[in-house]
Amino acid sequence: MKLHEHQAKSIFADAGIPVPDSRLATTVDEALDAVDEIGYPAAIKAQVHVGGRGKAGGIKIATDRDEAEQYAEEILGMDLKGYTVDQVLVEAGVDFVDELYVGVTMDRGEGKPVLMVSTEGGVDIEEVAEENPDAIAREHVDPAFGLHPYQARKVVYEAGVDADVALDVASILSTLYDLYEENDASEIEVNPVMITDDRDVVAADAVMNIDEDALFRQPDLAEMAEESYEDDLERKAGEYGFDYVRLSGNVGIIGNGAGLVMTTLDLVDYYGGAPANFLDIGGGAKAERVTQALDMVFSDENVDAVVFNIFGGITRGDEVAKGINEALEQFDEIPKKVVVRLAGTNAEEGMEILNTDLVEVEKTLEDAVQRAVQNAEEVTQ
Amino acid sequence: MSIFVDDDTRVVVQGITGGEGKFHAGQMIEYGTNVVAGAVPGKGGQEVDGVPVYDTVDEAVEAENADASVIFVPPAFAADAIFESLDTDLDLAVAITEGIPTQDMAKVNKRLSETDTRLLGPNCPGIITPGESKLGILPGNIFSEGNVGLVSRSGTLTYQVVDNLTERGLGQSTAIGIGGDPIIGTSFIDALEAFEADPDTDAVVMCGEIGGEDEEQAARFIGEHMDTPVAGFIAGRTAPPGKRMGHAGAIVSGSGTGTAQSKIDALNEAGVPVGDTPEEVADHVEEFL
Repeated sequence: MKLHEHQAKSIFADAGIPVPDSRLATTVDEALDAVDEIGYPAAIKAQVHVGGRGKAGGIKIATDRDEAEQYAEEILGMDLKGYTVDQVLVEAGVDFVDELYVGVTMDRGEGKPVLMVSTEGGVDIEEVAEENPDAIAREHVDPAFGLHPYQARKVVYEAGVDADVALDVASILSTLYDLYEENDASEIEVNPVMITDDRDVVAADAVMNIDEDALFRQPDLAEMAEESYEDDLERKAGEYGFDYVRLSGNVGIIGNGAGLVMTTLDLVDYYGGAPANFLDIGGGAKAERVTQALDMVFSDENVDAVVFNIFGGITRGDEVAKGINEALEQFDEIPKKVVVRLAGTNAEEGMEILNTDLVEVEKTLEDAVQRAVQNAEEVTQ
Repeated sequence: MSIFVDDDTRVVVQGITGGEGKFHAGQMIEYGTNVVAGAVPGKGGQEVDGVPVYDTVDEAVEAENADASVIFVPPAFAADAIFESLDTDLDLAVAITEGIPTQDMAKVNKRLSETDTRLLGPNCPGIITPGESKLGILPGNIFSEGNVGLVSRSGTLTYQVVDNLTERGLGQSTAIGIGGDPIIGTSFIDALEAFEADPDTDAVVMCGEIGGEDEEQAARFIGEHMDTPVAGFIAGRTAPPGKRMGHAGAIVSGSGTGTAQSKIDALNEAGVPVGDTPEEVADHVEEFL
């Protein structure tokens, strides 16, 4: 789960990391009040979970009130890579002479957290990693002991950070690691950390991602997650507790188990269709879950046809079939054609229960996907 | 023969009194697994389906000679349950639980490096040696005895591929779900190494998915160390970067690592044919045998 920049920065500020003065605004008037308080130059930054906000026009620097008004009008309500901007962070501009990158993340291969520091801050760090991997200094942390303070210093010196600010940067890094542990973060990144003319060190940006599996013990962050949904369907999926990802195609997909659902998406693509979503109803789903899943997919206006693929282990085919019947019997007219394929536990019972006036049935995964792709094509023709 | 589990494996089920633990302990017993004990704090002295329950894994090992555990414990307590298995020096611990915080697993992983216990999972369907023993939630009836080894990150995808194999009379020596989390115990390479050493495994299927670099490393291992032929499948070709596709581990990073294409290329380079569909995977295995 991604936090917004303003959420991450308030966590930083509470922990004592220097961040620029800022206000959150949802209207142009609020944005203007904010710049009146903060002064110029002021950065107006779209609060959406989209990478490369700056390049896409979501960050502008205003040097006077007219510019501030113009930029706030432009950015509020703009569409950034499919997401509507409804909040901006108005932030004091920082005069800087140098930019650094610092981050903490989990190194999957090592199974350990890793600290990262680079003097090539302010640019796309992934490009740096690819083109000049030596420009990023790394230090792994033993998760059983936690961070030893010397490790933060070591990686900062190793990266070649200027000696007069090195200890300040190490102190920020150390605090970031504490935040990483305390908040069950999966990733914290500050790019850039700015060094000012006066040799002050400021966290000018903030990326903080939280491990969704740890939200049960992070109630405050779980609340922020609610605020973070930017899409009505994603919000609905969150309420239902589904693993759901919205994509751009028109074939709706429902299945059980991440690997099999991904495979179903891939097959839709392989047979010439375009998947509209990833929706995993999980293991052991009962009729009610099935009804909710169909509701999700039917509420997506991009969807023209649906494929429902279940391989039952703990999930029972007869339960799924009951849910499908119940969901579809509510409609006078089925909104979108549904192809069902049931296999595994109680699949035969399920096939018998399914009301074939309401759904189409196929025996194999391949046939089911091809038929759904065909159904979607017929709608768009 | 088989790998990791067989007729002699003696199982303690951690969390046997919970809904899932009770149900699947029953399913395992029905399949023929030696479920010799349950371990649930505060429930010592009870019985579940005739299986004696102990308060600790240690007691279960002492009293019943258990040498493997299956863990059905909710995410908040699962890391603790895994530590208990590791600290009791079992040969094998199978963690079924989905949704364990990654930072908990980093600590488990550290401890794992100091013990001889093999951990399978978490967030996995378990392991089955058809006709002998199953530890986990895999539906026993779709498997058949044979000489194809199978290792996969995903549960239901495993069932799909096994179904395609069984339908053609291609039985399995052992099938293993290693789990869909970013930090797991047994890796693809661990399983592949064991299959290579198993005289009764004549072909292997490896089902991977997007995220991380385990499949790429496994591909290099196959190229350098394996004579047994391997067929591959990779799920998530159509996954967009930065989105978690159900499994916590199934995510393509912004920098493009962990893509399906990079995994498919690595496998092809190691001489492993990768099926476009599960059906094609079965075609490849049929050609091997």
